[in-house]
Amino acid sequence: MVATQGAVKNSKIVGLFVVSLILLVIGLGAGIRSFVVGHMEAYGVTREIPWGVLISTYVFWVVTSTGLCLTSSIGHVFGYKPMEPVASRSIFLAICTILAGFFAIGMELENPWRLPIWNSLSPNLRSNIWWMGTLYGAYLFFMLIEFGLIRLHRHKQAALAGLLGVIAGVAAHSNLGAVFGLLHAHEFWYGPYMPIYFIASAMMSGAAAIIFFTWFAYRFSGREMDESTVKALQVTGKVYALLTAVVIFFTVWKIIASLAGKPHGKWETIMAFLKGPFAFNFWVFEVFLGLVLPFLVVVGVRARDINAMALVSGLALLAIFVMRYDLVIGGQIVPHYAGMHIYGLPEYYHYTPSLSEWLVVLGSLGLFGALFLWGEMAFDGHKPIH
Amino acid sequence: MFKGFADWVKSLKNEGVEHIASEERRAFLKLGLVITGVYAGGKLLSVVSRVREVYADIPEYVDKYPYKPHYSMVLRTDRCIDCQLCMEACRKTNHVPPYGWRTRILEQHLPSGEGQWTRRFMPILCNHCNEPPCVRACPTRATYKDPETGIVKVNVKKCIGCKTCMAACPYDMRYFNEEKRAIDKCDFCWESRLSKGKFPTACAKACPAGVRIFGDLADPNSRVYQLVHDPYRAIWVLRPSMGARPNVFYTIN
Repeated sequence: MVATQGAVKNSKIVGLFVVSLILLVIGLGAGIRSFVVGHMEAYGVTREIPWGVLISTYVFWVVTSTGLCLTSSIGHVFGYKPMEPVASRSIFLAICTILAGFFAIGMELENPWRLPIWNSLSPNLRSNIWWMGTLYGAYLFFMLIEFGLIRLHRHKQAALAGLLGVIAGVAAHSNLGAVFGLLHAHEFWYGPYMPIYFIASAMMSGAAAIIFFTWFAYRFSGREMDESTVKALQVTGKVYALLTAVVIFFTVWKIIASLAGKPHGKWETIMAFLKGPFAFNFWVFEVFLGLVLPFLVVVGVRARDINAMALVSGLALLAIFVMRYDLVIGGQIVPHYAGMHIYGLPEYYHYTPSLSEWLVVLGSLGLFGALFLWGEMAFDGHKPIH
Repeated sequence: MFKGFADWVKSLKNEGVEHIASEERRAFLKLGLVITGVYAGGKLLSVVSRVREVYADIPEYVDKYPYKPHYSMVLRTDRCIDCQLCMEACRKTNHVPPYGWRTRILEQHLPSGEGQWTRRFMPILCNHCNEPPCVRACPTRATYKDPETGIVKVNVKKCIGCKTCMAACPYDMRYFNEEKRAIDKCDFCWESRLSKGKFPTACAKACPAGVRIFGDLADPNSRVYQLVHDPYRAIWVLRPSMGARPNVFYTIN
């Protein structure tokens, strides 16, 4: 089943790999059942909030994937040597995360089988979601080529494939931002902010993922991290701190812009974040665990203590998952006819993910985990290639 | 006291009009004309003063109609009594499942004084926008604007069910139809009626209060054209800031 050779294989890794596979099977089962009984029955999404936790999970995975590609490209594409030791794992993780994202959205679409047919036969070139899907397809292709070339030690060609991957990734990911940002109907999203913010927050997520999963891979297989990898993670830590600061800057201005002059739609949403139904998610997860804590800790340890950085990076990844949830759901909560004196209109639309949706989310985590751990075993812990 | 007054009035002798002097008659008529004139003049003045404000209400894209026929609906919203016959007719005609709707009626409580409000019903349906956000968002052109009639339609077999059009619609006019496995929405009864030569839409036909006026906005003889182009009439569209340029207009009588 798995091409396992070399040192990276122990009962812990195999055990976690099996657990991941079980999660994947459960998620797949829940997803397939949802197609049979109908998404209306199985999922918590509504006419008013058509995008739920599966879309935000998709966004989470592809944000992380793009970030892994972009942040690691500093080393293997743009030639900054100290970051090269984490290249192989980062590229592989980028592939794992994008596939986990495709899994989540595949279970979310009502008719995913029509996608490959009509995406190519009847493309809408004005649609951001068309560009996003198509460019992510290209991105996955380049990442697979790049990973293959890295494994074959053909670093020059790998860098070229990597560059194409970076370009496709930036284009795809900013288009994902535009999927939200170019919808006039939801004022909280609307504007050029989203595509730009998505790239910045992707690089932040990517840095956190490199630090956490590299640490996790060594820790779990009980190996000592070699010096060049430690150095690479320390550099990644600096990049992480910088990008966290950038995203803090973005978040502060998003809040101010949504408060100043009480802009319709934006204001109602930001109030839901600051002191409404999303306040806990916002302050505890997004602000504290996602931004402030990692920034303070990474700066506090001067990006040297790998264990401390890995801990806050892991928590930050969880927080980023919540961040994506808030972004996707929060953007849809203001009623369409708000402010028109409509009787019986709620202050905010309400959405709660269903059990099936959560199981599919776990399934995507299972797919990611299984691929990641298989990669550790199959590629011998992504041994630094010199 | 009043009883005594009434008796006194009854006891008066009827002098008849033939005995009133012509001067008196003229004075009386003059007085009547003055009162009427003041009243009519005031009314005219008030209409004149409203012209500017009403003109400003007509959306700027009115008078440019790229479709033939350019299907449109005008809703005389203050005539609606929420009988829901339009919703019922739509449901039956277009086989709308119980979990969805293509048109519905919202209830407005318009503030009319301190702690007071006036109820008004507001029917809503797809606005068949000139710049439909749903059409731009659809990745596979499953939803499209009919090049002939301007009706926003759905090609069921191309719909991948990504629901981006639902998120894109500023008017909440789309739902996922489980039976069709595609997004469903108002098509101005194109499939069920217009394409078969039946006119108007089921909802407009069912309305007993004449709220929904359906027709060709490019035809100067149509009711919708005349209502929309009446400068003395307040005409508005929903959420104009969305820039979608709806073809469903609202007015009051």
